[in-house]
Amino acid sequence: MSVLLIAEHNNKEVKPFTLNAITAASLIDQDLHVLLIGSKADDVAKSLSEVPLVKKVLHIDHEIYENYIAENYTAAILKHADKYSHIICSANTFGKNLMPRVAALLDISQVSDIIKVISPDTFLRPIYAGNAFATVKSNDEKKCVTIRPTSFEAAEKTGGSAEIEKIDAADLSENTKFINREEIKSDRPELGTARIVISGGRGLQSGENFKLITDVADKLNAAIGASRAAVDAGYITNEHQVGQTGKVVVPDLYIAVGISGAIQHLAGMKESKVIVAINKDGEAPIFSVADYGLEADLFEALPQFLEELNKLNTIQK
Amino acid sequence: MKILVAVKRVIDYNVQIRVKEDGSGVVTDNVKMSTNPPDDNAIEEAVKIKESGKATEIIAVTVGEEKAQETVRKALAVGADRGIHVKVDGIIEPLAVSKILKKIVEKENPDLVFMGKQAIDDDCNQTGQMLAAHLNWPQATFASKIEVNDKSLQVTREVDEGLETIEVNTPAIVTCDLRLNEPRYASLPNIMKAKKKPIEQINASDLGVDTNPRIEHIKIEEPPKRKAGIKVASVEELVQKLKNEAKVI
Repeated sequence: MSVLLIAEHNNKEVKPFTLNAITAASLIDQDLHVLLIGSKADDVAKSLSEVPLVKKVLHIDHEIYENYIAENYTAAILKHADKYSHIICSANTFGKNLMPRVAALLDISQVSDIIKVISPDTFLRPIYAGNAFATVKSNDEKKCVTIRPTSFEAAEKTGGSAEIEKIDAADLSENTKFINREEIKSDRPELGTARIVISGGRGLQSGENFKLITDVADKLNAAIGASRAAVDAGYITNEHQVGQTGKVVVPDLYIAVGISGAIQHLAGMKESKVIVAINKDGEAPIFSVADYGLEADLFEALPQFLEELNKLNTIQK
Repeated sequence: MKILVAVKRVIDYNVQIRVKEDGSGVVTDNVKMSTNPPDDNAIEEAVKIKESGKATEIIAVTVGEEKAQETVRKALAVGADRGIHVKVDGIIEPLAVSKILKKIVEKENPDLVFMGKQAIDDDCNQTGQMLAAHLNWPQATFASKIEVNDKSLQVTREVDEGLETIEVNTPAIVTCDLRLNEPRYASLPNIMKAKKKPIEQINASDLGVDTNPRIEHIKIEEPPKRKAGIKVASVEELVQKLKNEAKVI
């Protein structure tokens, strides 16, 4: 039986994590179909059909799908679920919101946030904020699985030519209405996919002081992250939060500044390839996961850091 | 308006998790247990809505072993009116919990069901959405702001891109994010008063819900350890290491 992946998109482009989920889904079964639910999303259908790992694109196009509402997506997915052994999507806020609604109606016990496909029914997933790894085997006949996108490489985008099949819309839910979305536009790389991430914590002491972080981020072409404490304190907006209940990032370089390293923050960044911690408290738990620790006052260290970076002839982008 | 709030007992968020050597799970003996943090936000929000005069009754419900009752008692101490404890031993998956909660909703007829967006033990993030599906109710997940209107809610949700606002008609399910509010502490007099509030005990088996796990836990292990790092003496040394040793900049 084939596997069905639910695409995340904005009617113009595929969201990057869908490509990571495609890689994971293809490890479960190579006969991978992608379901695209959208409004005037022909461009998205075309780009999905060009992904070599995708064997078929099912495209539902209707104005009721202009905004993503889990209730409406669920009805559309259920119409096609019976033909598939697995229903899959990424474990970001899109998939976390959607998949359990689908799973419940199919009477399936969902496997959330997998980081490895061991076999089509057995997966590795982190529990307790990544402080333990569980190998789990799903005994349901059909499976609903969400994928931790940063644990899988993004699939190649071009070279394929899968068939696009247009299918009909499902019923609309009358009880949920989209009002608006405040998307913060930024020229910086996305937090989830950036090669370098620099994050600030409560040690920054104010939102204005985050400028010290942004200056370095500009120099390194890095994304900006934050600890929950910094977001709670209002220094920076929620979409920057890294941690167990925020975003999980796995950059080549993660620089934690003024972050003590609470368990729930470590859950979101400790798989990064190289970790730097800058903190004036030498006992801070963040140092236990840092490859390079600098015990220093960040208000002195960050301007110096920028100065040293400026001295370098080249910086990798 | 009646609000049902579901709470879960988990290992306290400050406890360093230890994995059992036989791979069967994590150590829970003599470990501090608490209410799942975003469930505290769910209770707090319900209490605030009641204080504003828009709700008349708050019922706290938990599903779990004997001691899970402590979380209901804590909810009663911060303002819930009465409690329900659905007793079940052993591992219970979100799917089964959602079916149990559906039975409780059918019995109590609340207008709203609140709970945390995710439990910090299994990190599944499923129960609220599953309950909404079983009831065919709208769902507003990851809520950081809730505005209660006559027959609807306006909910601001924390999503990857920033904030999203949706309107859901009641009855509805809301799963709460940590920034929804600041949970209050129970005062001593309220803790004493809570001891007199009723907690109804129900056996899960009496509800006719199949609670057998569908997912086998084959092995629980420690994640790979990071190799120990070094402390650098200066910013200059740090930049040199990043450039020449780690080769990441």
